[in-house]
Amino acid sequence: MKQLLSFIHKEFLHIFRDTWTMMIIIALPIVMMILFGYAVTTEIKNTNFGVLDYSKDDLSKGIVNKLKSSEYFIYENDGYNNYQEAEESFKNGDVGIILVFEENFYENLTHTGKANIQILADGSDPNTARTLVTYASSIINIYLQEKNPSPTPYQITPEIKFLYNPQLKGSYNSVPGVIGMIIMLICAMMTAVSITREKERGTMEVLLVSPIKPIYIIIAKLTPYFVISVINVIIIFIISHFIMGVPIAGNMFWITILCILYIIVSLALGLLISTIAHTQVIALLISGMVMMLPAVYLSGMMFPIENMPWILQFISNIIPARWFVAAIRKIMIMGVEVRYIVNEMVILVTMIIVLVAISLKKFKQRLE
Amino acid sequence: METVIKVENLIKRFGNFTAVDNISFEVKKGEIFGFLGANGAGKTTVMRMLCGLSKPSSGKAIVAGFDVDKDAEEIKKRIGYMSQKFSLYEDLKVWENIKLFAGIYGVKKTDIKAKTDELLRELGFESERETYVKALPLGWKQKLAFSVAIFHEPKVVFLDEPTGGVDPATRRTFWELIYKAAEKGITCFVTTHYMDEAEYCDRVSIMVDGRIDALDTPKRLKEIYSAKNMDEVFQHLAKKAERQAD
Repeated sequence: MKQLLSFIHKEFLHIFRDTWTMMIIIALPIVMMILFGYAVTTEIKNTNFGVLDYSKDDLSKGIVNKLKSSEYFIYENDGYNNYQEAEESFKNGDVGIILVFEENFYENLTHTGKANIQILADGSDPNTARTLVTYASSIINIYLQEKNPSPTPYQITPEIKFLYNPQLKGSYNSVPGVIGMIIMLICAMMTAVSITREKERGTMEVLLVSPIKPIYIIIAKLTPYFVISVINVIIIFIISHFIMGVPIAGNMFWITILCILYIIVSLALGLLISTIAHTQVIALLISGMVMMLPAVYLSGMMFPIENMPWILQFISNIIPARWFVAAIRKIMIMGVEVRYIVNEMVILVTMIIVLVAISLKKFKQRLE
Repeated sequence: METVIKVENLIKRFGNFTAVDNISFEVKKGEIFGFLGANGAGKTTVMRMLCGLSKPSSGKAIVAGFDVDKDAEEIKKRIGYMSQKFSLYEDLKVWENIKLFAGIYGVKKTDIKAKTDELLRELGFESERETYVKALPLGWKQKLAFSVAIFHEPKVVFLDEPTGGVDPATRRTFWELIYKAAEKGITCFVTTHYMDEAEYCDRVSIMVDGRIDALDTPKRLKEIYSAKNMDEVFQHLAKKAERQAD
C-alpha cells in the first residue's frame, strides 16, 4: 500500500512538473468551454438588417422597431431608397437580411387582409439564412398578433414550443459535448502518453524487473488523471451553470455517477492504447485520430446521429462519447429520472469491463 | 564460494527460432561476470530470463537461490537492474529517485535516509541532492543509476550495456563503482560492447548464435586463442556467427 501511495505521488509530480501537461489539463477545458459555448454556436445574434420601405406607414415602422429591439438584430442604417441601394449593401456584407415592405402596406392589410413583406437573405450560407429568416418572421408574427389580437376565424397559427431549451441556446448542446471531449482527451490521451513515455525512456523495464506489482503501476498511472478529470468536470459544471446559465435539471448524484463511469471508460481506453503503442508519438496519433475525431464527429455532440449514413450510425455505437452525450443530455438538460438513462449506463459499464479485460491481458508483465 | 547464478541447459525458442541454444554456466558470489556477444547473439534474451521477465522454454536457471520459472517474484526482490537506456526519472530530483526505487524494493524509511546521505557522500553528489536528474551530465546519471540499482543490496546486479555512450574517462570511474560493489559481495552480471571493459571482468563468456562458445578469465581466453587482447578473441569467435544481427 505504501508502495502504491509513493507511486501515485510520483505520477502527480510528473504532471505538476511538466508545463505542457499542466497547460492541457487546466487551460484546455476552459478554452474549449468558451470556444464551443460562445464562438462555435449555431445561434445568430446581433445581425445587421436593412429595410427598403416603399410604404413608410405606422405598421412597417412598428415592425422595424420590433426587430430592432430584439437581441438578434441591429439596425444601423437609415433605410434604402431603392432596390439597387439595398442590393449594394447586401453585396458589401453590411447586412444579413433585408426587409422589403410593399407600397401601401398598412392599407392593404386593413382593407384586403393581406399584405406582403419580402425578406431577403444570403442563400450562399443556407443555414444562417434559414435561421435569420425564421427569427425575423417569428418576430413579425408575434408583433402582428399583438397588434391584432382577434384574428379572423378559422385561422390556425401553430404555436411552437421547444421543450427543455425554450430559447434554443447552443450552450445547452455544447456543454455535454465539451465534457465528453475533454474527458476523452485528458484521460485517454494523457494516460496513453504517460505510460508509453515510460516505455520509451526505459523506466518501464526497470519497473517490470522490480518487485512492484504491475497492477500497482497501472493504478498509480490512472489515479492522477482520474482525480484531475473529476476536478475538470466540476469546473465545467460551474462555468456552464453559473456563467453560461445552462440548467442542471437532473439529479446531481446520478450526473456524478454518469461522469465517473465515462471517466473510467476513457482511462481504460488510454490504457489500451498504451499497450498497443510503443512510442509517445504513436500514442498521441492513435488517441487523436481514433479517439478524438470520432468523439467529436460521431458522438452526436455536433451533428445529429440520425442524419448520418447507416455505416457511420453503426460505428457511432462503439463510441463511448455517444452514449455519454446522450445520457448527460437527458439527465442534465431534460432532468429525466435515472431509469431513462439505464440503457446508456449499462453500455458504458459493459465497455469498461471489456476494455479493462483486454488491456490487462495485453499489459504484459513480461515485456515480450 | 557460494554460487549465485546457476544455469543448466537453458533453451529459449520463439516459434521455430532458437534464440538461446542449450547454455550452461555458473557465477559465484562477488564475481564480475562479463556477458559478451554480437547483437542478436541472444544476450538480452538470457538476461531477461535471469531477471524473471521471460520464462525458459526448457532447462533450468537458479538466481539468488530461486528458480526463474517458478519464483520470478522472489528473484525480483533480490536483484538489481540497470539498462542501457538511462533508467531514472529525469523530472524527479536526485533524492526523489533514490527514495522511490528504495521504496519499491522495500527498504525501510529510516534506512533510506541514512543510506542516501552515505551514497551521495561516496559519489561526491552532496550538493546535487535537490537537482533534477535531467540536469546532471550523462556520466553522473549513470553512476547514480548504478548506485540506485544496488541501493537495496541485491545479490546480483544486472547491467545491460551500462556505459553506452559514455566517454572513456567516465567509463573508468564507473567501473570503479562496479569493483566496489563486487567487493561488498554483490555479483555483477555485465553485458558490454567495449572490449577494454571485458578485460576488467573476472570471467568472460562470449555468446555466438545462441551458444556460449567461450567462458574463462580474460587472461586464459587470450592464451587459448593466442590473442593480444580481448578484441581479437571476440573477433575470432564472432566471425563464425551465421546469424544476422538484427
